[in-house]
Amino acid sequence: MPGLSPEEWTILLLSLKVSLVAVAAMLPVAFAFAWLLARVRFPGKLLIDAFVHLPLVVPPVVTGWLLLILFGQNGPVGGWLERTIGLSFMFRWTGAALASAIMAMPLMVRAMRLSIEGIDLRLEGAARTLGAGRWRVFLTISLPLCLPGVMAGLVLGFARSIGEFGATITFVSDVPGETRTLPIAIYSALQLPGAEVAVTRLAIISILLSLAALVASEALARRASGGRTNHVL
Amino acid sequence: MSFDIDIDHRVGDRRIILQARTGPGLVALFGTSGVGKTSILNMVAGLIAPGRGRIDVDGELLFDSEAGIDLPPARRRAGYIFQDGRLFPHMRVRANLLYGRHGEPPLPFAAVLDFLGIGHLLDRWPSTLSGGEAQRVAIGRALLSGPRFLLMDEPLSSLDPARREEILPVIERMKRDLAMPILYVSHDRAEVERLADHIISM
Repeated sequence: MPGLSPEEWTILLLSLKVSLVAVAAMLPVAFAFAWLLARVRFPGKLLIDAFVHLPLVVPPVVTGWLLLILFGQNGPVGGWLERTIGLSFMFRWTGAALASAIMAMPLMVRAMRLSIEGIDLRLEGAARTLGAGRWRVFLTISLPLCLPGVMAGLVLGFARSIGEFGATITFVSDVPGETRTLPIAIYSALQLPGAEVAVTRLAIISILLSLAALVASEALARRASGGRTNHVL
Repeated sequence: MSFDIDIDHRVGDRRIILQARTGPGLVALFGTSGVGKTSILNMVAGLIAPGRGRIDVDGELLFDSEAGIDLPPARRRAGYIFQDGRLFPHMRVRANLLYGRHGEPPLPFAAVLDFLGIGHLLDRWPSTLSGGEAQRVAIGRALLSGPRFLLMDEPLSSLDPARREEILPVIERMKRDLAMPILYVSHDRAEVERLADHIISM
């Protein structure tokens, strides 16, 4: 396969940008939800749990439509964001990132929640008797011990983002250079007659990208665990 | 006196009651398993709050339900040695030993390593240690945190007889050399009779 065309580069880099921004922005939110669900007992927890999982079970088109209503130009959240900080989502890559982040949220929260629940509370107790306050216990014991789950959440979220199609095309449609990520580019190429080669090339890029992400995450996990085997997935 | 404890704690339909004022040295809490000996250590360490009562160690009030005093565990300066070691699995032995920071340790770092014979283990991960090695590192970690008193929860029970004979003299030396109040939980009569200055039967 000869080198990528400028158009293909645009699609690839846009996909990477959208997914990385989506996962990075969702990371603190997902971790907060995961911690809340794993550690805190409060009334209405079931509702939060259901809300977090909604994008996993609702058809992506519906999620996209809801985003359109909430974050569109006239939507309650979208209108407010545009007026206050000038952030708009419509037909822009930021909208694609928002849709990707929302679709990745349930997978990220699930992976992180499981690993937070897996932390041995007795180790936190031991750290407290050794003189560590809450923040030191969190930073030196809890966080490192759930790091493999956080990484797994990032990888799953990134993989989900890279493949995101339905909510994105519903929310921000197909704008070349702004919202035309790999899956959307493949879909629109399929609409044209005689674009088999273009589709094949994009599909191969897509597969290679996902494989690279997997390999990178395994390498990261191995480094984070100090040489002990620790698989992300 | 070292430990002045008066607690009444309810867990489900079980009730743990203890009233004791002890002299200095090693105080053994002796009894069969399930009577709440570990719960008492956890209450002295501050990991559980007793339903009602008062805990004073060596003249410092740690808990008093009537006065509303409940010092957090990080400020009680306890050297807690757990039954299962509880070394931090993601830190090497050196980082485990240096984790605590209550105050000045009773012995310098090198002296503790020497005393416990763990100097050669510093760069190892806890998962690669034998039971006896892990328990000695756990003792070292508690001592190096600079505790005012020690809590030991059946430190020998997870070890085979040969390893016990390796740790027992260490505990005897700690008791002799450190002059620190020690609350020691065990269900083994011979062990208690060998180590304790004062026995509380539960």
